[in-house]
Amino acid sequence: MNNDSQKLLQVESLRQHFPIRGGVMMKQIGAVKAVDGVSFDIATGETLGLVGESGCGKSTLGKAVVRLLNPTAGRVLFKGHDITHMRQRVVRPLRQDFQMVFQDPAESLDARMAVGELVAEPLIIQGIGNRVARQKRVGELLDRVGLPGNSAGKFPFEFSGGQRQRIGIARALALNPDLLVLDEPVSALDVSVQSQVMNLLLELQRDFEMSYLFIAHDLAVVKHMSDRIAVMYLGKIVELAPAEEIYRNPRHAYTKALLSAIPVPDPTAKRERVILEGDVPSPINPPAGCAFGHRVGHERYGESIGQELPFEEVAPGHWVQKCPCCID
Amino acid sequence: MSSLLDIKGLVTSFDTDSGWVRAVDGISFSIEKGKTVGLVGESGCGKTVTAMSIVDLLPKPSGHVLEGEINFKGRDLRKVNGAEKRKVRGGEIGVIFQEPMAALNPVQRIGKQLVEILRLHEKISSRAALRKSVELLDAVGIPDPGERISNYPHQLSGGMRQRVMIAIALACEPDLLIADEPTTALDVTVQAQILELIQSMQKKLGMAVLMITHDLGVIAQNCDEVVVMYAGRVVERAPVRELFANPRHAYTKGLLNSIPRIESERKSELNTIPGQVASIQDFVSGCRFCQRMDRKNSVLLRQRPDYREITPGHWVETCPECFLT
Repeated sequence: MNNDSQKLLQVESLRQHFPIRGGVMMKQIGAVKAVDGVSFDIATGETLGLVGESGCGKSTLGKAVVRLLNPTAGRVLFKGHDITHMRQRVVRPLRQDFQMVFQDPAESLDARMAVGELVAEPLIIQGIGNRVARQKRVGELLDRVGLPGNSAGKFPFEFSGGQRQRIGIARALALNPDLLVLDEPVSALDVSVQSQVMNLLLELQRDFEMSYLFIAHDLAVVKHMSDRIAVMYLGKIVELAPAEEIYRNPRHAYTKALLSAIPVPDPTAKRERVILEGDVPSPINPPAGCAFGHRVGHERYGESIGQELPFEEVAPGHWVQKCPCCID
Repeated sequence: MSSLLDIKGLVTSFDTDSGWVRAVDGISFSIEKGKTVGLVGESGCGKTVTAMSIVDLLPKPSGHVLEGEINFKGRDLRKVNGAEKRKVRGGEIGVIFQEPMAALNPVQRIGKQLVEILRLHEKISSRAALRKSVELLDAVGIPDPGERISNYPHQLSGGMRQRVMIAIALACEPDLLIADEPTTALDVTVQAQILELIQSMQKKLGMAVLMITHDLGVIAQNCDEVVVMYAGRVVERAPVRELFANPRHAYTKGLLNSIPRIESERKSELNTIPGQVASIQDFVSGCRFCQRMDRKNSVLLRQRPDYREITPGHWVETCPECFLT
């Protein structure tokens, strides 16, 4: 499978647990199972959308994929190279090819650095070009993401939210990556600005043939951006299918509930709403069986206790976590 | 019959380092008894300032209502003071804030916070207030209300905290509920629960709701009427179906066109509104959407457009460029 040239990124049974320490000796007394056995792949030029509610582990998954974290178990293969346990020193040169854009540009950009420095920083770290060449590249990048020519000398606070996100994107683009992990890149933006940034991302993807892992909680946004969509619930992917398919023919009860909960911007729409009871359970102490069946108190929940729920392909490219309570 | 709430020419200003700025610049709208009105617009357009002006919770000392009338049940709230004002706020008008963690007192048990508002507004013993608090928590769908009443806010999830906020806001059965982005901080499945709860409580109590949001989906599915704000002004106001079917201001139309929809073609280019909202110090006195569109016509930028009722209940700012015929 390592030689599968089509797949830019392969993630196999990835686990990311965070230890909980306590007691006098600060021994490990438990773990937050933020990502608990996740597999997927992304082809060149493809966008995989990742949706789920807060705390389901989608951001952690994004960070683990670009090795901002050290995964607990499983494998991450980038262009066939196993980067799961590489030392940071070894990962760093590879990181030219995979970059991340964060949710809140106000927090992810160093407020004391000028925009020109921020965008040039990745080039400096990778030792690319001299001062003059870098300056030229920064100018090109800022222009490419639609920021005014005089931006390089300004500071992040002088920009609006949408413009700051463009700075974050320019920074990620600086090294010509093949894969961008976009963690809620438009969630903090107003509607009219959100569509501007989404158009920019689509355009950049076409022009540079990049792959995206697009993380968001807004399903309409994800649908618009993605080729395939993975739905995550409590550290696991419960359903993965082509974007159209998942909306037309959702198979997992959680996907159905999630879809029906989106408020549709059409006052004449009549819809059956599945109102879910309760909240997402804690990843520290997840239910023994199917996490979603547990939340809704499904009558067949008992059957899933202690079972390893298989992730099966039910139609071409349409994968579902099989469980007695969530699949009809 | 007069409206429950009737706002006329409201102007709210803030005293800032760079001089006085008008966050709300002469807006008018009304809410009928039992109806839901949505107030929609981008961040900084004055939605929250409008709401805080109604209940006099503007940040002091910088915020001031300078002009206009806020008529509520036949009296101008601007002229109401002292005990009467406290009776209105929390009693006749309930408020739900966006971030329940910031609005609830973190060092008081939720029961105490409920008892406090009940005893402030009603002649009721503390024992009876506690009993009523448990009933209220039960009514907003909190499991084990008898136990939960002695919890602190941090012991509850985001959705549960918002339910507590709703219980506090509804404790005195208000005539008007102001919900300021009540679901923005919540996940979509929890959002659906909370909106459903607000609707059912509204039916039960016959109250009106002012729903402040930037989510047009929430507006479409919960409101009877919509007020669209842009840069401190109301640019359009209409019954919800009319507004979505027949937007007449270029900003409203741009906003409606720029939301990605489930049924739209994947990866197609979205419509956008070019530019961005000018910063508040730079607002022109004329049409502010023309300012965003970078139109150079000095008359449009200087002269405030008329606000006109074009069909019954459908009001639009009739800037010659932005008014769509």
